[in-house]
Amino acid sequence: MKFVDEFRDAEAARQLAAAIHGAVTRPWTIMEVCGGQTHAIMKFGIDELLPAPVTLLHGPGCPVCVTPVELIDKATQIAALREVIFCSFGDMLRVPGTRCDLFHVKANGGDVRVVYSPLDAVKLARQNPAKEVVFFAVGFETTAPANAMAVYQARQTGLENFSLLVSHVLVPPALEAVLNSPDNRVQAFLAAGHVCTVMGYEEYHPLASKYHVPIVVTGFEPLDILQGVHMCVRQLEQGRAEVENQYSRSVRPQGNVPARELMSKVFRVVHRKWRGFGEIPRSGLGLAEGYRQYDAEIKFGVEAYSAAEDSECVSGEVLRGIRKPTECSAFGLRCTPEHPLGATMVSNEGTCAAYYRYRRTRVELASSSPLQPVCRRDTSLACPERSGGTADGDASGTPPEPFRSRP
Amino acid sequence: MADEKTFTLNCPLPIAPQKQVLLAHGGGGKLMHDLLERYVVPAFRNPQLEARHDGAVFRVGGARLAFTTDSYVVRPLFFPGGDIGSLAVNGTVNDLAMCGARPLYLSAGLILEEGLSLDVLQRVLDSMRICAEAAKVQVVTGDTKVVDQGKGDGIFINTAGVGVVEHGLEIGPARVRPGDVILLSSDVGRHGIAIMAVREGLEFESTIQSDCAPVAAPVLALVAAGIEIHCLRDLTRGGLATALIEIAETAGAHIRVEEARIAVEENVCGACEILGFDPLYLANEGRFIAIVPAACAERALGILREYEVSSQAATIGHVAESPARLVTLQTRLGTERVLDMLSGEQLPRIC
Repeated sequence: MKFVDEFRDAEAARQLAAAIHGAVTRPWTIMEVCGGQTHAIMKFGIDELLPAPVTLLHGPGCPVCVTPVELIDKATQIAALREVIFCSFGDMLRVPGTRCDLFHVKANGGDVRVVYSPLDAVKLARQNPAKEVVFFAVGFETTAPANAMAVYQARQTGLENFSLLVSHVLVPPALEAVLNSPDNRVQAFLAAGHVCTVMGYEEYHPLASKYHVPIVVTGFEPLDILQGVHMCVRQLEQGRAEVENQYSRSVRPQGNVPARELMSKVFRVVHRKWRGFGEIPRSGLGLAEGYRQYDAEIKFGVEAYSAAEDSECVSGEVLRGIRKPTECSAFGLRCTPEHPLGATMVSNEGTCAAYYRYRRTRVELASSSPLQPVCRRDTSLACPERSGGTADGDASGTPPEPFRSRP
Repeated sequence: MADEKTFTLNCPLPIAPQKQVLLAHGGGGKLMHDLLERYVVPAFRNPQLEARHDGAVFRVGGARLAFTTDSYVVRPLFFPGGDIGSLAVNGTVNDLAMCGARPLYLSAGLILEEGLSLDVLQRVLDSMRICAEAAKVQVVTGDTKVVDQGKGDGIFINTAGVGVVEHGLEIGPARVRPGDVILLSSDVGRHGIAIMAVREGLEFESTIQSDCAPVAAPVLALVAAGIEIHCLRDLTRGGLATALIEIAETAGAHIRVEEARIAVEENVCGACEILGFDPLYLANEGRFIAIVPAACAERALGILREYEVSSQAATIGHVAESPARLVTLQTRLGTERVLDMLSGEQLPRIC
């Protein structure tokens, strides 16, 4: 298929992998920010093509995963109301709240519907004037323009029975939170191409220079990711820390200007809680003053509700790149997609779900507990030196094992 | 960075095991298997059921018969390439074919919703008649019920089918051996996307047609040619991946397939890219795999390719010499990954 096949070409992938092998002289740890990139890495086995010293860590860029439990609870409370049609993207329905998920609300008679666009929810509101239609506006900067457009259209047409339960989050504050973490291991980022398609990448320059970290705006196909890794490795090896754009076929420095303008009309920047991070200042979007009537939290009186998150789940550490899913003792045993302990095991883009789906094998599951990591050469939680460790090994002085695939 | 007092690394408590039926229990994935294993199979436990095949094969007098049933609930009732009537006939005919049986007779149970247009009912029945004729089966018994408006989706259909097994082959996962070859009858994913496109109003450059079709003819041709078929499976709910995983688990086999050998139409690929779906898990209604000894593979492919429904038949993989019970996929990049059963149906992604 055009625009897909050429970015999955096996020979070109081998050449890029060879270029990365040729460029690497020491261990480097790179975080891909977006869950879509994590998914592609697992699905295509891209990490198997990388040289042993390059470690990919999986970042917080899965909107389902970072949505805090209290917002899921608010969603289930609103969705259970008789007068409400609750609309959501599909993968939010299975995320557990403290008591139940949206699938269970539906099974108990709640009108919960999967839609493909917030504008479908606006249409539903028009068709059902006696109902309150609520759209669960989850996502990063990628989904924000369409959600802004939905509210904008609702106001333009005087639609009063439509509202948004907003859980928008922003990428740059999350990257800063990762970099500020005392456990941080990340030395370079593959930034999310679709987020930058909307927002551009000018806001990443201050991050790159303040933390001396290369940031490469990267796409989602195998060749995009391999090229993004190559660009990161080259910068790291040369001691540079710049913002580069691998995904130039889609991303302009200033992003999508009309989309950004609409977002700034409809939304305002707010503090937001992230699952795994806690509250990060100025890290989310809420409805602007002029659009408060479309805020479902106000409309249904759930603003004050809060819920604590506590269990054995370590998804917070997974989201911050501190642990791999396979370094969790519950992974694949007490925590599976059928009975997830945390959101990273639920979403299509969740890191734990990606490992479970593509990396776990029956043999490994049957093997002795705790599970052995199945795809990492690097199983320690030790933090490599920020400067990149030594020339011939990692921070502990032991050269990393060459990558071994599954037994 | 976060205030240390509110800072937490944790996630919510797990939800207790399901106490209700969820829609995902009908998705053909792990939740459905769990439902069958915990509730359905224990209620009726017997050797036929334990075989976990598309139908039961048993001896009555001197004859070996195959018996199967399936219920059809689809929205919309009519879609490009088929309708609920063609599904109800072809689906059950195909389940009999997967037992290696020649389909003979069907029953038809109709559950009609109050208010259903009689024109719609007529179109569905006409479609069933045309498909039955094409598959050389007769609908010989049936039942009709009407439910209150709002209690059904226009029309639900159950069909059961009886066929005769005219050979001595034991066809089923238990016969799968290392070295066997996996043959796929044609491209995958069209039915799932055709339904999704109509249901959700998705428009593509050209209309994606369902692959709904009877597959008994090519299967019976394989039998007639003396091909030693070890296992057959039609690739309905859960798609190719789920069918392979079910066989690997029941047979205790390691099945290896190659992504590049699995045909997927370009517009189906495009739809999957947009929605975040994997075509290997999409439902088909006229596609099957045949697992045969390597020595028979070329001859079997030649026979399959003589029929339109299986004209693109290809070898997609083999059963490995390995104790593992799993399916692995060699990707286009040459790397290898596990194919795992999904929990329920695939859900469209957020972005």
